[in-house]
Amino acid sequence: MGKMHIKLTVNGKEEELLAEPRELLIHVLREELGITGPHIGCETSHCGACTVDMNGKSVKSCTVFAAQANGAEITTIEGLGNPDGLHVLQEMFKEHHGLQCGFCTPGMITRAYRFLQENPDPTEEEVRFGMSGNLCRCTGYQNIVKAILAAAAEMNAAKEAAQ
Amino acid sequence: MIPNSFQYHRPDSVDAAVALLTQYGDEARPLAGGHSLIPMMKLRMADVQHLVDLQAIGSLKGIAVAGGTVTIGAMTTQHELINDAALAKAVPLIREASLQIADPQVRYAGTLGGNVANGDPGNDMPGLMQCLDAVYTLSGPDGAREVAARDFYEAAYFTAREDNELLVSVRFDAPKGGYAYEKQKRKIGDYATAAAAVLIEKSGGKCTSASIAMTNLADTPVWCAAASEALVGSSLDDAAIGAAVAAMKSAIDPQEDNRGPVEFKTHVAGVVLARAISRAASRA
Amino acid sequence: MNEMTPPKEERSAALKGLGCSRKRVEDARFTQGKGNYVDDIKMPGMLFGDFVRSPYAHARVKSINADKAKALPGVIAVLTAADLAPLNLHWMPTLAGDKQMVLADGKVLFQGQEVAFVVATDRYVAADAVELVEVEYEELPVIVDPFKALAKDATVLREDLEGNMEGAHGPRRHHNHIFTWEQGDKEATEKVLGSAEVVAEEMVFYHRTHPCPIETCGCVASMDKVNGKLTVWGTFQAPHAVRTVASLISGIAEHNIRIISPDIGGGFGNKVGVYPGYICAIVASIVTGVPVKWVEDRMENLMATAFARDYWMKGKIAATKDGRITGLWCHTTADHGAFDACADPSKFPAGFMNICTGSYDIPTAYLAVDGVYTNKAPGGVAYRCSFRVTEAAYFIERMIEVLAIELGMDAAELRAKNFIRKEQFPYQSALGWEYDSGDYHTAWDKALKAVGYEDLRKEQAQRIADFKAGKTRKLLGIGLTHFTEIVGAGPVKNCDILGLGMFDSCEIRIHPTGSAIARLGTISQGQGHATTFAQILASEIGIPADDITLEEGDTDTAPYGLGTYGSRSTPVAGAATAMAGRKIRAKAQMIAAYLLEVHDGDVEWEVDRFVVKGAPERFKTMKEIAFAAYNQAIPGIEPGLEAVSYYDPPNMTYPFGAYICVMEIDVDTGEHEIRQFYALDDCGTRINPMIIEGQVHGGATEGYAIAMGQEIAYDEIGNVKTGTLMDFFLPTAWETPHYITDHTVTPSPHHPIGAKGVGESPNVGSVPAFSNAVHDAFRAFGLRQAHMPHDHWRIWKIANDLGLHG
Repeated sequence: MGKMHIKLTVNGKEEELLAEPRELLIHVLREELGITGPHIGCETSHCGACTVDMNGKSVKSCTVFAAQANGAEITTIEGLGNPDGLHVLQEMFKEHHGLQCGFCTPGMITRAYRFLQENPDPTEEEVRFGMSGNLCRCTGYQNIVKAILAAAAEMNAAKEAAQ
Repeated sequence: MIPNSFQYHRPDSVDAAVALLTQYGDEARPLAGGHSLIPMMKLRMADVQHLVDLQAIGSLKGIAVAGGTVTIGAMTTQHELINDAALAKAVPLIREASLQIADPQVRYAGTLGGNVANGDPGNDMPGLMQCLDAVYTLSGPDGAREVAARDFYEAAYFTAREDNELLVSVRFDAPKGGYAYEKQKRKIGDYATAAAAVLIEKSGGKCTSASIAMTNLADTPVWCAAASEALVGSSLDDAAIGAAVAAMKSAIDPQEDNRGPVEFKTHVAGVVLARAISRAASRA
Repeated sequence: MNEMTPPKEERSAALKGLGCSRKRVEDARFTQGKGNYVDDIKMPGMLFGDFVRSPYAHARVKSINADKAKALPGVIAVLTAADLAPLNLHWMPTLAGDKQMVLADGKVLFQGQEVAFVVATDRYVAADAVELVEVEYEELPVIVDPFKALAKDATVLREDLEGNMEGAHGPRRHHNHIFTWEQGDKEATEKVLGSAEVVAEEMVFYHRTHPCPIETCGCVASMDKVNGKLTVWGTFQAPHAVRTVASLISGIAEHNIRIISPDIGGGFGNKVGVYPGYICAIVASIVTGVPVKWVEDRMENLMATAFARDYWMKGKIAATKDGRITGLWCHTTADHGAFDACADPSKFPAGFMNICTGSYDIPTAYLAVDGVYTNKAPGGVAYRCSFRVTEAAYFIERMIEVLAIELGMDAAELRAKNFIRKEQFPYQSALGWEYDSGDYHTAWDKALKAVGYEDLRKEQAQRIADFKAGKTRKLLGIGLTHFTEIVGAGPVKNCDILGLGMFDSCEIRIHPTGSAIARLGTISQGQGHATTFAQILASEIGIPADDITLEEGDTDTAPYGLGTYGSRSTPVAGAATAMAGRKIRAKAQMIAAYLLEVHDGDVEWEVDRFVVKGAPERFKTMKEIAFAAYNQAIPGIEPGLEAVSYYDPPNMTYPFGAYICVMEIDVDTGEHEIRQFYALDDCGTRINPMIIEGQVHGGATEGYAIAMGQEIAYDEIGNVKTGTLMDFFLPTAWETPHYITDHTVTPSPHHPIGAKGVGESPNVGSVPAFSNAVHDAFRAFGLRQAHMPHDHWRIWKIANDLGLHG
């Protein structure tokens, strides 16, 4: 079948490409745009390794067709921070050993980013529930939860200082 | 896991969507959140030649609570159901149940319309809608018609919706009294081993009305009139709850799967129902 | 002393050496999405391979017609066994001395078996072409039960072995039998059992499960026909072994093969073996002359690559009436599936199952293991465990509980009564091992005290009374475990894989300005080697860990090593690192002495420098020495400062630990809640406490999953029932318990820095702790043994069978 013209805004940059409608968003990002932060883990929308932020929501990009994403605004791990200025979540994952093999980490941090937008001052239980769409096989989550709580505290302190 | 090819359509009105569904018949499928359909397509267990994406149809969105009646557009997501303050106040049962569906990412995508129209016995909303005695509005080439949730489900994946119809909204009266949604599952993201939706009204210590629906315990949701009736007039004591559980058990038809054998599921159905009744009663 | 010289302690801390919770150097790239995993590799002209797999568990392949697939635009080739046969690559050797079909040769033996390999220009076309390959099957009788496989009239599964009754590990006694492995003294053990005051007998089943790393297996094979070089990037836990195997079976000279393990998204044993996908991708690249990528999807991962466990362990344990254990007997039936594709050292067809006397001083023991073929996926690998240690630990920790029931004794007391005592180390076990060091009583007492064991037992007694009085429907289980591992394979005299001794290696180069690069024969899959091995080196050579680059996984640059699994990296490669560091230091000492114009023996090492004895103001730092090594002509000393060490460990290491799980169980639904999980580990010298703690959290979570729901299940005709993450249980943050970690330190006497390894301990130790908690909750109601996984319905069934549902 034919390819369709797809426009996306990815990490603030406008992208145009041709893709089959059936091509999955995760493949568009990884194969067409070279954005390899989001990963493929389970392919049935259980593991969250492919999580990106699309139009202000955390989505599992292995379960979104390129055609559906046409026109969307997308943020991936690559858009959250850069070597000269990491996002506080990136800092806190490093600080609290919130990762081991690193494969789930981009999806995990991208999800945590959206979660803290919606719930800036969560309890541990709320973090565990809010992160329950992302599987990690290495860490047992304990340090991930710790990192997210620490990031929330940092972000809130920064907000207060700014006011 | 790579899906087959299909043609993609993104109509911007219900009429345009219905026209596409009419044109392509059983080769077409409406796409809402996609988190049931897309995995099936990736596993090549669903063969879809024309995918009709409903995301651009603004009229399918929205939650209206007015005069005791709740109307929810089919493309309203579970995330929106959870976070709508007016809905949470009018029908807290919806929030309680929605939080037990899938996981956060899936709830951003998953819609009420998709959940009720798909006909998957594992979905939570169909039973919930039967409990609430909701009415579905379907739009087809000949206009709109309404079907009660309690009449909508025929068998797994078979519903009263015709191929050329679109489920556009869900309507129900905000219930009075107590409520509970009790769901046992193996983990976040799983379907129910057994789930019970219960509404109870009380007056002078007696139950004056009750509604009970069960999920994933048959090839359709099971609204149990007999179980509800067993409670009405009682003080919701153990005997009445036992009678309701017994009536429910004779109405369900669970199948063995990885969650466990029939005997276990039947037992757990009784446990979750008894707990749901107690919790609903305590809130009534 | 020079006034500017900071004190020793300060200089030592600045190195971030042993004992420092140093932050990981790996994390910068992973947190920014800049890891480089195999599926991130993209090369010009790269093709994609995808498998046609068998829908049947046992069938004859009558014909394969790929015409329609080949006609699909974008399809380059469709390989079948017939194409591989002329190259003699339609079968491949397994690491266990068996052989395995690369592509179905006449028949298929498990559901999901590789039948044909489609090569296409992209993965979408390849997937479409897979659908178009027409395979005609004739179904054959299916055997999924290893006991039925040994029935006299059972269907012959491995027709290729018909008439060949001499297997890789001795005689085969049945056409579906693989090996018998015996350890210990059978006669003496039977005698002890026959005359014992008390004998407890039980069948302990450790179900089939799967390592399921979050990244599946895959590779990119690239044959450069111009230079005759084959490069393969892949998810390899043992890249050098893969190179040697690839050379042996392909005939390509080993120096023309380069194996690269890029970042690996978790391994847990899944990525030790060699899979048909690797062979097919290599062949396809050789045939097409362009790179070929193969990455399995999650269903393929769960169905076809490397399961773990599936051990039926029949046990008898003998004791005196007052609880002194006198003998242990075990017969294990090991279900290997269609091919014996475990990855154990070759003299150990059942791995280190003979560590099954555990932490206990058991004078007499006997173990026999029978390996059996069935119509299931081939394996079984060590899922975060050192070659069947987790099966052994589960077996003995269940047998102890069963014996406690038989004796009417508290299970904590029974353990303490039988622990190997501190003064007995090094301890010779009845099944042939020499335990290096341990202090079990100290660890055990600390653990019991930490959880408030006596109060928990009182609470439990009250709970039972309340339950019987109808006041509650929840029971309380206290799951105890004291495990002893055997890791760090291993001494070359008894440990090899395909004839390759299981030493490991480290090569160090000190740069002129005093920073360094070290390369190892291991490969991290999340363990943080780049962080921790630099710490070992920092302490040895006085160069800050932050100034040491660590590289692994490229066979063209790294010294030969056997890779990372079985908790062997720290015990073996970690030792090699320390030893290589000591060689550097020895040369540095000579250089320092020359520069300071004294004899070699007149200088001594102090943190980061050599100091003239008795003259602390005269010293040369390692940085100064390094520069001198490159810019001065020193008589009798070669320029440069490099060293390489190949370390053959004199013994295995024996980490141990005490884990306690407190669990609430809902009798009516079979649901559970972990109220407390306490994990005390003794892994000898602790290199990086932060990383150790992370390993314990992760391993215990795997153990939680295995014990409480994770399994690879088959129906009676061999269909996999748990092929996606809907049904294969991986807990989320919501279900996963919170862990309390603790430690004691009993260094290994033979390891250069006293370290023992920790990665696998929490998986080994937590499974029996969770399982024992379930059993313990029902002990008062008569439960002796219930098989894992303890998912809701199976716990419900325990309660139901005990009559607790009224």
